[in-house]
Amino acid sequence: MTVVKGEALRSRDLYERPPKYELFFPNFVMKELCVGLFFLIILFIWSYFKNAPLYELADPTKTPAHIKAAWYFVGLQELLAYFDPYLAGVIIPTFILAGLYLAPFLDPDPIKGIGRFAWKERGFAMYSFIGGFAFWWLLIIVGWYLRGPLWAFYWPWEDHHIIKPPPPPPWSFPLPAGIAYIIAFFGLGITVPGVIFPNFFYRMGVVRYVITMFLWTFMIFALAKMFLNNAFNLKYILVTPWFNI
Amino acid sequence: MKWVPLGLVRYTFCLGGLSVFFFLLCILTGPFLMMYYIPSVDRAWADVQDLSNVVPFGRFLRNLHRWSGTLMVICVPVHMLRVFLQGAYKPPRQLNWLVGVTLLLLTYLMAFTGYLLPWDNEAYWAATVGMTMGENSPIVGSKGPFSILSQDKDIAYILRGGTMLGQPSLTRFFFAHCVAIPGAMAGLMGLHFFNIHKAGGMSGPL
Repeated sequence: MTVVKGEALRSRDLYERPPKYELFFPNFVMKELCVGLFFLIILFIWSYFKNAPLYELADPTKTPAHIKAAWYFVGLQELLAYFDPYLAGVIIPTFILAGLYLAPFLDPDPIKGIGRFAWKERGFAMYSFIGGFAFWWLLIIVGWYLRGPLWAFYWPWEDHHIIKPPPPPPWSFPLPAGIAYIIAFFGLGITVPGVIFPNFFYRMGVVRYVITMFLWTFMIFALAKMFLNNAFNLKYILVTPWFNI
Repeated sequence: MKWVPLGLVRYTFCLGGLSVFFFLLCILTGPFLMMYYIPSVDRAWADVQDLSNVVPFGRFLRNLHRWSGTLMVICVPVHMLRVFLQGAYKPPRQLNWLVGVTLLLLTYLMAFTGYLLPWDNEAYWAATVGMTMGENSPIVGSKGPFSILSQDKDIAYILRGGTMLGQPSLTRFFFAHCVAIPGAMAGLMGLHFFNIHKAGGMSGPL
C-alpha cells in the first residue's frame, strides 16, 4: 500500500480491498439506496395519479351487497367460501404460520444450498414452498378478480349484474364416512411417502417426518375439500355437534 | 470496516432492503397524516376527506402512505420466498428466520389495522369479517367450537373493545397501528439486521 504525500488519508485506504469484495458502507448501501430511489420515483408518480380509496362513511346498519376485504386478506376470505370461519380464519392461518416457524427445524440438512438456488439438491423443500406460496396468491387472485355478488364465481368477461342462480342444495358426508375419509386421508398422506421414499424417511427422522407430512397432507386436504365443493357441491366432510370440517 | 462480496444487488431487487425502505416511507408519512386525523368515529372519516381535499399535499402524502404500505405487503412475502429458496433459514440463521416470520405477521397486522382507520364502509365491513373469524376461534371465541367464554368476554370482544365495532375498536386499532405494531417492528428489524451481521453477512445475492 502506498500513501501519496499531501493527500488526506481516508479509512478505506488503510486496508487492501479483498478481491471480489466491496465495502458495506458506503458502496453496498449506496447500491441499495439506488434501488430505493428507483422505487421512490415510481411511488411518487403512482401516488400523484392514483388516489388511495375512500368509500362512503361507515354505516353499521347498512350491510353492503358484497363485502370484500382488503386485497391481502381476500385469500382468507376466499377460504371462507369453503370452510367454516374457525377453520378459514384461525386453524388454517395457524398451520401456515406453524409451518413457517418450524421450517428451519424441519429441514434435516444444515448446509445444502445456502445462498443459491439449489433446485436439484433441495427440490422437495423448494417446490413445497413455491406450491404453498402460489396457492396463497392464487386464492387472492380468485377472490379479488373472479368473485362477484354473494361471492359467486364470475369469469372476467361475465357481467357482475347478472345474478347467478344459487347452487343446488349442498350435502355432507354421513358421520362414519366422514371419519373414515379423514383417517384414510391423513393416514395415507403421512405413511405412503415414507414407504415409497424410505431414504427420505430415514434422513428426516420420525418426528420431523410426521410433522412435515402432516402439514403437507393438510394442504392437500384443504385443496381436495375445495375441489369436492366445486365439483360435487359437498358442504362438509365431517359433521359433529361441536364443529364441522 | 465491513467487506461484503461484490454483486449482491442483482435480479431479485434487494427485496429485504426495499421492505425496509417502504417501512421507512410509511414511518415518515404516517406522522403527517396523524396531525390531521382524530381517531373518533364522528370525525375520522371527515378528517380523511379534509386530508384528501383541503390540506396541501395531504392527498399525495396519504397516497404515498397507502401505496408504500401496499408495496410492503407484497415485498415482505416475496423476500421470504427468496430467503427460503436460497436456504437462508439454515444455520446460523435460524433465529433470523423466526424474527422474519414474526415481521411478516406484523406487516399483515399493520395493514389490517391501518385499513380500518378511515372508518369508511368497505373497511368497516371488512373488519367485521375479520372479527367474525375472531368470534369463531376454537375455545377462546364465543361462537367457535368448544367455546368456554361468553360474548362479552371472548377474544373478539377484547380486540374490538365491545360486542360490535365502534369507538373503542377505532381507538384500539389506532394505538396498534401507530404505536404498538410499528414499535415492535422497529425493534425486531434491528434484531433482524444485527442477526445478519452476527451470522457473518448475507447468505447470497439479494
